[in-house]
Amino acid sequence: MPTPLKILVPVKRVIDYAVKPRVNKARTAVETSGVKHSMNPFDELSIEAAVRMRESKNPPVDDILALSAGPAKCVDVLRTAMAMGADRSIHVEIPDAGQGQAELEPLGVAKLLAKVVADEGRNLVILGKQSIDDDSSQTGQMLAGLLGWGQATQASKIEIDDSDRVTVTREVDGGVETVRFPLPGIITTDLRLNEPRYASLPNIMKAKKKKLEKKSLSDYGVDERRRLKTVKVEEPPPRKGGGKVEDVDGLIAKLKELGAI
Amino acid sequence: MASNTPVPSLARRSLTTWNVFVLTTRRAYSHFPPTRRRCLLQQSRHNCLSSSRRTFSTTPWRGLADVSDSFIPQEQERESDEVDVCIVGGGPAGLSAAIRLKQIANEAGDEEFRVLLLEKAGELGAHIVSGNVIEPSAVSELLPDWNNPDSPSCFESATPATHDKMRFLTKYSSIPIPAPPQMNNKGNYIISLNQFCKWLGERAEEVGVEVYPGFAASEVLYNSTDGSVRGVATNDLGISRSGKPKSSFERGMEFHARVTLFAEGCHGSLTKQVIKKFDLRRDSQPQTYGLGLKEVWEVKPEKFKKGEIVHTMGYPLPSSTYGGGWLYHFGDNLVSLGLVVGLDYPNPWLSPYGEFQKMKHHPIYESVIEGGNCISYGARALNEGGFQSIPKCAFPGGALIGDTAGFLNVPKIKGTHTAMRSGMLAAQAAYSALKSNPDSGTVFLYDYEDALRSSSIWSELKQVRNMRPSFHSPLGLYGGIMYSGLEAYLFRGKTPWTLKHKEPGDYAATKLASECPKIEYPKPDGQISFDILTSVSRTGTNHEEDQPVHLQVEDWEEHKSNQWPKYKGIENRFCPAGVYEYVEDGAKEFGVKFQINAQNCIHCKTCDIKAPAQDINWQTPQGGEGPKYFMT
Repeated sequence: MPTPLKILVPVKRVIDYAVKPRVNKARTAVETSGVKHSMNPFDELSIEAAVRMRESKNPPVDDILALSAGPAKCVDVLRTAMAMGADRSIHVEIPDAGQGQAELEPLGVAKLLAKVVADEGRNLVILGKQSIDDDSSQTGQMLAGLLGWGQATQASKIEIDDSDRVTVTREVDGGVETVRFPLPGIITTDLRLNEPRYASLPNIMKAKKKKLEKKSLSDYGVDERRRLKTVKVEEPPPRKGGGKVEDVDGLIAKLKELGAI
Repeated sequence: MASNTPVPSLARRSLTTWNVFVLTTRRAYSHFPPTRRRCLLQQSRHNCLSSSRRTFSTTPWRGLADVSDSFIPQEQERESDEVDVCIVGGGPAGLSAAIRLKQIANEAGDEEFRVLLLEKAGELGAHIVSGNVIEPSAVSELLPDWNNPDSPSCFESATPATHDKMRFLTKYSSIPIPAPPQMNNKGNYIISLNQFCKWLGERAEEVGVEVYPGFAASEVLYNSTDGSVRGVATNDLGISRSGKPKSSFERGMEFHARVTLFAEGCHGSLTKQVIKKFDLRRDSQPQTYGLGLKEVWEVKPEKFKKGEIVHTMGYPLPSSTYGGGWLYHFGDNLVSLGLVVGLDYPNPWLSPYGEFQKMKHHPIYESVIEGGNCISYGARALNEGGFQSIPKCAFPGGALIGDTAGFLNVPKIKGTHTAMRSGMLAAQAAYSALKSNPDSGTVFLYDYEDALRSSSIWSELKQVRNMRPSFHSPLGLYGGIMYSGLEAYLFRGKTPWTLKHKEPGDYAATKLASECPKIEYPKPDGQISFDILTSVSRTGTNHEEDQPVHLQVEDWEEHKSNQWPKYKGIENRFCPAGVYEYVEDGAKEFGVKFQINAQNCIHCKTCDIKAPAQDINWQTPQGGEGPKYFMT
């Protein structure tokens, strides 16, 4: 008899992927005020994966819990998650987050999630493989380490069988790799997993009635010390033009000039 | 469309062809007796022949109805919701109407009054681009505490205007000219309208408006009984480029309301249909337009003069083309600058984007933005028709508010305060009409039309009605400036005559490419001027690739064969986002291929206005897409 799944899907509110990011005046961080934000695309994949698991009915899914830690506007992202199919959500409010220094680091997030997993009795956590603002790709892996659970990262296919074993096909540099682990475990999603559904307007209106709890970091007693300090943020140097060469001899001469051969 | 079954005995159902339905409507409307109520009855008699068929007048993929797939998206049932007032568009007009409605309802103790606002942008303000120097009359009336620093809901980013400058530009110099008294900006504020709309959205949610950004209303729904507007429907999501539904298909949703307010901004797509259906322009001139292109720059502190407002005319535009530039210093070392080009320009070789980039190199602009950083770009069509082009704004079941009707004051170059005021007046009229007709009859906002005529909008626009048309004379720019000067200082609109706009519209003013001198634009230098694709990347625009092209041209090949020989690729030049391209292709007729890069679209509506054959129909793409403007 398969154990019913209690899924936790953490989602992050990031600068929208189509927006061109700029460095703020003080050169300490990327400018976020007034800029369009939305859900991290990889987190959309996680929500979609969780909802599809529920729709497949095998194994049965008890509960999909979405969570976000950040400023007050994170509720928009949580509402989208609930409109896509999450049952309820928790917003861990971190005031002034989103301005570089104040944002939680991956280790802090992992510790927070570990507490939530314990409190809410979760047996499966699906995260995005990385967030598109800091590209850390650490939270899922750190969470697995803290909990002592198995992990399958960069998932492009997920199967769960009746005896609670999860088979995941992962994207790796050389191709794909298949791993298997027993529940409870961590999965992080990659692009080829699925195509997230649109949050339709009727669902968004229904999502307003779903439960959204507000909590703070101190409720979980998490050590949220920042261990990293961002010293400087700069735009990449403008691209220097290339040059054209006449023929192969010219190419070799240029390469020798640049010290490449 | 014509039915082949025997004609039923009922006379009303005998007319089943599409065209006849439309014609009957128009004829019935134009034979209106003085009593307005009787005209509604007359209309209903002719319109109820549409009994079983709902108008699919906006469905983009109608032509694919014979696809052999059994799953036809348009035939799926849609969820629907009933609200009291539905507002299409979350700009200043729509939000003001929404806030006013809820203010009135809350005061009357009517907490259950549902006001729903749909906005196609992913968040409020994301599709808003405007100069913008706002006259605070309307917002002070709507939200008296808007500028009060002690209030928690204060709008903090308003820069008070300090002084005005008006200049006539030649290639290298700038000549001071006197500004007309209307353009005195004392007491006004320089703002980013994008930020202002975000702030208005927060106020709207506070009073209980249901705001849904990210959902585009793409279809107007009509009552089968009398053809009045029943509401709107959002578009289907997840349709592929060929029109077939994908696995992520989500049917749109319908909103039924007794009053639907259209606040889509200049040249709205649904407004276009409603105007046609109810013949709202029967007593007015066609609307004329301009295209405004804007950039926001972060400038060096020594060049920043907070609150300074500069307006220019002349260079770079030729004297046959109306337009002018602006430069406003606001915020924290920020400068808003741009160019408006009247879309009745005759030369198809003119590129508004190219002219804008040229203008930035003029010393008066370059001296300010040199060494600075361009942080944003946007473009949008705006109304220049003024008083003569105001259509009938109320129709059975709804009304037009804001720029979609067209209340911009051209010499003042301000339209925000009139848009907001029209929204507030419509809100008042809608609430009274709904409360005095509690049963489900059709609502006609007579009070709104009356209120408009007795409001400051009417008197303001009437006073300046002759200024813009005075530029149509053979004296072009110079005649216009001289006459406008007379109007501003002497006549002040009290003349008995009203100058007319050129019929039938801006698109017809375009001359053939062979008749006009070709204009070569200098290469952008990457510091002050930029190529179009770099600018487009600053808009943050994006659309899902795999959806039907929302710029509807029936036959791309035919369009090219008709338009290319005459205008040599005018679409490429008038679009400020590089959507239209005539790609070199030796294998095709004329050596070019017509291509529409719909992903780049920034929703400015210029193509719908300026296409010489009026064969480009702008339809809304999926909600949440399009530009994501910053500080515009």
